[in-house]
Amino acid sequence: MSRLPITKTPKVYVGGAFIRSESARVFPLKDASGEFFANIPQCTRKDLRNAVEAAAKAGPGWAKRTAYNRGQILYRLGEMIEARAGEMADAITLGGATPAAAAREVAATVERLIYYAGWTDKYEQVLGNVNPVAAPYFNFTVTEPMGIIGVIAPDEAPLLALISLIAPAITSGNTVVALASSRQPYPAILLGEMLATSDLPGGVVNLLTGFRKEMISTFATHAHLRAISAVVNAEERKALALGAADSVKRTHLRKAEDKHDWLVDSAQSLEAIRETLEFKTTWHPVGA
Amino acid sequence: MPALIAAKKSSRPASRSGRPATELIFGDLWEFDPAPESADPKLKARYELFIDGKFVAPKGGRYFDSINPANEQKLAEIALAGPADVDAAYAAAKRAYEGVWGKMPGRERAKYLYRIARLLQDRAREFAVAETLDGGKPIKESRDFDVPMAAAHFFYHAGWADKLDYVAPGRRVAPLGVVGQVIPWNFPLLMCAWKLAPALAMGNTVVLKPAETTSISALKLAEIFQDAGLPPGVVNFVTGAGDVGAAVMNHPTPAKIAFTGSTEVGKIIMRGLAGTGKKMTMELGGKAANIVFDDAPLDQAVEGIVNGIFFNQGHVCCAGSRLLVQESVAAKVLAKLKNRICTLRVGDPMDKNTDIGAINSREQLDKIAALVAVGVKEGNEMFQPACKLPTKGFYFRPTIFSGVSMSSRVAREEIFGPVLSVLTFRTVDEAIEKANNTAYGLSAGVWTDKGSRILKMSTELKAGVVWANTYNKFDPSSPFGGFKESGFGREGGRQGLLDYCKLV
Repeated sequence: MSRLPITKTPKVYVGGAFIRSESARVFPLKDASGEFFANIPQCTRKDLRNAVEAAAKAGPGWAKRTAYNRGQILYRLGEMIEARAGEMADAITLGGATPAAAAREVAATVERLIYYAGWTDKYEQVLGNVNPVAAPYFNFTVTEPMGIIGVIAPDEAPLLALISLIAPAITSGNTVVALASSRQPYPAILLGEMLATSDLPGGVVNLLTGFRKEMISTFATHAHLRAISAVVNAEERKALALGAADSVKRTHLRKAEDKHDWLVDSAQSLEAIRETLEFKTTWHPVGA
Repeated sequence: MPALIAAKKSSRPASRSGRPATELIFGDLWEFDPAPESADPKLKARYELFIDGKFVAPKGGRYFDSINPANEQKLAEIALAGPADVDAAYAAAKRAYEGVWGKMPGRERAKYLYRIARLLQDRAREFAVAETLDGGKPIKESRDFDVPMAAAHFFYHAGWADKLDYVAPGRRVAPLGVVGQVIPWNFPLLMCAWKLAPALAMGNTVVLKPAETTSISALKLAEIFQDAGLPPGVVNFVTGAGDVGAAVMNHPTPAKIAFTGSTEVGKIIMRGLAGTGKKMTMELGGKAANIVFDDAPLDQAVEGIVNGIFFNQGHVCCAGSRLLVQESVAAKVLAKLKNRICTLRVGDPMDKNTDIGAINSREQLDKIAALVAVGVKEGNEMFQPACKLPTKGFYFRPTIFSGVSMSSRVAREEIFGPVLSVLTFRTVDEAIEKANNTAYGLSAGVWTDKGSRILKMSTELKAGVVWANTYNKFDPSSPFGGFKESGFGREGGRQGLLDYCKLV
């Protein structure tokens, strides 16, 4: 007797919980052959603001974790994805990728997490330094996470690009509110489930699905988002930069029209970590 | 304005024997003999634009006056640049970048910067006098701080020019190309050095606009560039007001824009550049908390508070304009502070004994007076010493508002003048909360005897620079710059260089 399979209801991962959009809206996702696959939450600006609130609550605790601990948690996220690599690859093939390409993307995603996991307790030693000031002070420059980072992921490489934008931000103790690809949102839905079992505290990474045009102005102007890391088109870049000026937000906007190869090693870097860091310099007197 | 100057006598803390503590209140007790600095600033009657290595007249043929804010007398006329001049400056910078500077070996660029540093040291006193005449800051500050620090910036960055492989470990760096820079009037020469030295060390060429009230020291620096043999077009100065600044910022040529000034103008520049993808450094306003704990060495702290807010008439983006004092010592600190500011000498900036010189412009004086009027209207208690002010020129008495609440405008807005707002706190957490409760995040001060508390505060304060048991200290090797709406990017140190290069 054939068994009717139980299908999964896709939910987005926000504040450590799996939720539907507050608007109760969904949009249908079709697989590569055009068949209905599932309904995906169509998140709103309000969902974005709620996600920022969740990220704000999680932020101080995450930033205070030891670098060693953050490294282990990023590593464990890699473990969680590796263990469900087949399922994740299937999710990527929904968008039309070949099974081999999907498997490569999942493998590269795990490698990327392991790369950043290793950086958590090292980037400070490379980016910070003691400054030999011409006065009797011990003067040192250290880095600090900016706070809450807004991420807008591209459509291509729906898992790898998303992780390539999120991972460097959380390496240093930032929290993230990310909008996944609207064409290929399902890998982000699955990623939420892997995040939930990775020991990453709830609220550190918040994943939204939906449409850019509905949320981009809120990404741009929300004063609690301290930086935006996004792959966006010319019109979106202008909108984000204009809105960012209101709160002197840092923007790292990659061009959607450029060809990005997310698989190569140069898609991961210390500079990507630095983009969501502030430098702080302390003057401490030296004397008896 | 006189209505605001409720000249109150300071209440001296009584000593144990009931007699007033012996304190040296210089202000009114006797006259000081003047001690004027007399070095020749070697000013020209007219300053032209500096484009492509030459002083050239503006194409529009127009000039504006630069006055001495200490006596409102005209010092010189300054060329008023127009769009065609800005175009010419950028064309020269582009030629210099492509033809000479961008491909010159770092060790050669270094030698030019070393030369500039040495030539500036040679003419230090002359520059100090010019700076004080043009901007109104006390001669002791321009002589002991602005000019030597400017030379130090060139000297420091010179040494980087052939060591750029060490700026970004594991990566090669390359210059960005032409850079457009606009600087403020509070440290005219020093801001020039902060902006130019890292840009040039990295191999960029520059178009820079000094502030309209303080163009002279930049144009004197251009004389040094000529003497140093700096290739034409490597640095170009265009002078004028905000519209010239906008032309420099919005020009299509520069690959990067660097701005130091108010947060308000910074946001306008950011909007203007939206969608261009140009790199930016924004060094904007501040409303720094200077936090005094009850275990701090109070006399030392009072000196630090005074230096924090009255240095350069308070025209300092990182000024310690919000004093947060722990409640248990608040009355004591306030009494000491009031006494101390009665001994500050306000007046002729050219006098070597002057502590507080002239406000940079009438416009700024009006702005300070307006915000102080707001502070009085809000019901904050105001204290000003009854010092005499010169009859001509722009002066403002050092001013302390006490009993200020966090919502008060004098506790929230950058005044950019010698005005201190005093607030209190009880616990470490409250101090952190109050210090961080601002859109700004440039700097902060912490006064305590406890080392672990210094490091805790430094970790928690959302500010780019934290001074512990000191204030307003600067060094070319020490990165400076803000969090939040105080801007982004750093100036000074290895981190500052990173903002003038691309990774290849």
